[in-house]
Amino acid sequence: MFDLDKWKEIWATLRSNRLRTFLTAFGVFWGIVMLMAMLGFGSSMNAGMRRQMKGMATNLLFCWGQTTTEAYDGLPPGREVQFDIGDVDLLRRLPEIEWLAPRHQLGGWMNPSTVAHESKSGTFTVMADTPDFKHIVAFEYEAGRFINEEDMKSARKVAVIGSAVRDQLFAPGADPIGEYVKINGVYFLVVGVTHTLRGGQMGDQDANTVFVPFSTLKTVFNFGDHVGFFALTAKPGYDGEQVEKDVREVLARHHRVSPNDKLAIGSFNMFEVFDRFSTFLFIIALMAWVVGGATLMAGVVGVSNIMLITVKERTKEIGVRKALGATPFSIISMVMKESIVLTLIAGLVGVAAGVGLMALADFALENAHNTPFGPPNISLSTVLAAVGVLVVSGALAGIMPASHAASIKPIEALRAE
Amino acid sequence: MLRLDKVNKYYRVGTHSLHVLRDVDFEVADGEFVAIMGASGSGKSTLLNILGILDDYDSGEYWLGDTLIRSLSEKKAANYRNRFIGFVFQSFNLLPFKTALENVALPLYYQGISRRKRNQIAEQYLERVGLRDWADHTPSEMSGGQKQRVAIARALIGKPRLILADEPTGALDSETSRQIMDLMAEINKTGITVLVVTHDPEVAARTSRIIRLKDGKVVDAEHARDSFPQMQAQP
Repeated sequence: MFDLDKWKEIWATLRSNRLRTFLTAFGVFWGIVMLMAMLGFGSSMNAGMRRQMKGMATNLLFCWGQTTTEAYDGLPPGREVQFDIGDVDLLRRLPEIEWLAPRHQLGGWMNPSTVAHESKSGTFTVMADTPDFKHIVAFEYEAGRFINEEDMKSARKVAVIGSAVRDQLFAPGADPIGEYVKINGVYFLVVGVTHTLRGGQMGDQDANTVFVPFSTLKTVFNFGDHVGFFALTAKPGYDGEQVEKDVREVLARHHRVSPNDKLAIGSFNMFEVFDRFSTFLFIIALMAWVVGGATLMAGVVGVSNIMLITVKERTKEIGVRKALGATPFSIISMVMKESIVLTLIAGLVGVAAGVGLMALADFALENAHNTPFGPPNISLSTVLAAVGVLVVSGALAGIMPASHAASIKPIEALRAE
Repeated sequence: MLRLDKVNKYYRVGTHSLHVLRDVDFEVADGEFVAIMGASGSGKSTLLNILGILDDYDSGEYWLGDTLIRSLSEKKAANYRNRFIGFVFQSFNLLPFKTALENVALPLYYQGISRRKRNQIAEQYLERVGLRDWADHTPSEMSGGQKQRVAIARALIGKPRLILADEPTGALDSETSRQIMDLMAEINKTGITVLVVTHDPEVAARTSRIIRLKDGKVVDAEHARDSFPQMQAQP
């Protein structure tokens, strides 16, 4: 199987015209680098998006009250829909709901509140939450814990602060646990510091949020039974759209909203977002293979072309070999091997360069949290697939020249100059 | 050894058909040393190519040993060329990027013999043509006579029963030609049938029989004679 002569021969042929071999190999090299760059780009985008969504349930639904646009059940349009604690029990009866978190923002949606510690203060999002919220958006804790059932039951004045809140209100290195922060003039004991897993804008928002027990905010700031909005997750296996429809229906009935009044209740469905996101990533990956593959094919056509010229130049040699007893198969095998070796060597150098490029991108993007790109990740199986593609391409590139070489009549080959 | 029976060969050039060999009939017995002579264009090279199964013919019959050589598959033809026939060409046809040793060993490569064994045998054959010390040289470093010796060693290595030489001394000076023909005669003495195509009467004189071709026809296929002394008599 392993015969030094064969390799020496292949080497001698490839060396006999270095510039041409180099240019041909470069076509394949460039093709595989492009393919890997495209795949890396796709995977980087994938990683970036996943980084933004990290820690967040993917079967997530948000629901909030808006203003009615239709008269219904004797009520006029233009009425504000205000969710309340009563909705919690109704929604919990839906079998498809896994976790349900009523939430309320102090000062109203998108209105930050002033939070102070000693002489330092800043404006942050203050959210009233229940312990179950931790199942909907997962955090890590730099210190302490999240809101628990005891906090809820006793309406304790405790707060869990985001890492950016800690940075702004506390001296570097200071331990905020056990300290008090003042929210709208009321003191809360800090029991935890969150570290967000999400990237981008959502990560920034998490870092700038102060969580307090839902029950505490209700009594201290006098919200009554009001709920700002619901965050909930569906149990696995339930259809996202159906869950959204059921939830809206329960809430519409309870708040005497027309079933046709789509604008009275707002909802945002992460299922769809993730679906679209997955489709988008699939298309990116497909494009990577198509564009990268096409570039590679161009390189392969180059190899085929060069092999054809090489075979033409070596017609006499092929004639001599035939006169000495070379069978058509041995000629085909000789040309194919050259083609595969050339493609494979150039391709493997390309793979190495591609891996280098990935490492560089990885280094650059690892901590670049504000770009939509994350560290690219190309799996070993993808690399192996690319190498497989190379071997097949090399063989394909060799087929035509090889069969041409095999079909030359020995006498015509010997006469060639 | 071989027999041709009314062999005809045409070349098609555009719309014309060129009748290159016309009813060629002759026999060569085992161990003969035969020259095929004729002016250029007489069809002698075509005849040699047919004998070497490098080219096919249009009608008639060609028997090589007990086999009728007609529309053989390329694979079978390759096998015959490898094991039955050794070729010696005017322009040597050595592979330029291979050493003398590798060139000589090439026919054994196509017999599937291991590299080590091939090289061992090739060394013996180089020794036989007096070029053992040149084993690692490439053809570009050798003289014409040396190249032809390498080619002869290559023709012999497959232990053929028939050597076909096409103007083997055509590219060599007269002294070197004489040495090459000595070598051919020596080979013939070992029992191998040798056919030499030539237009050089001196070369032909070294053989035991001359087949003359004119315009594709055999005009004279004289019987065996001892021609060696005649060669000595030439100035």
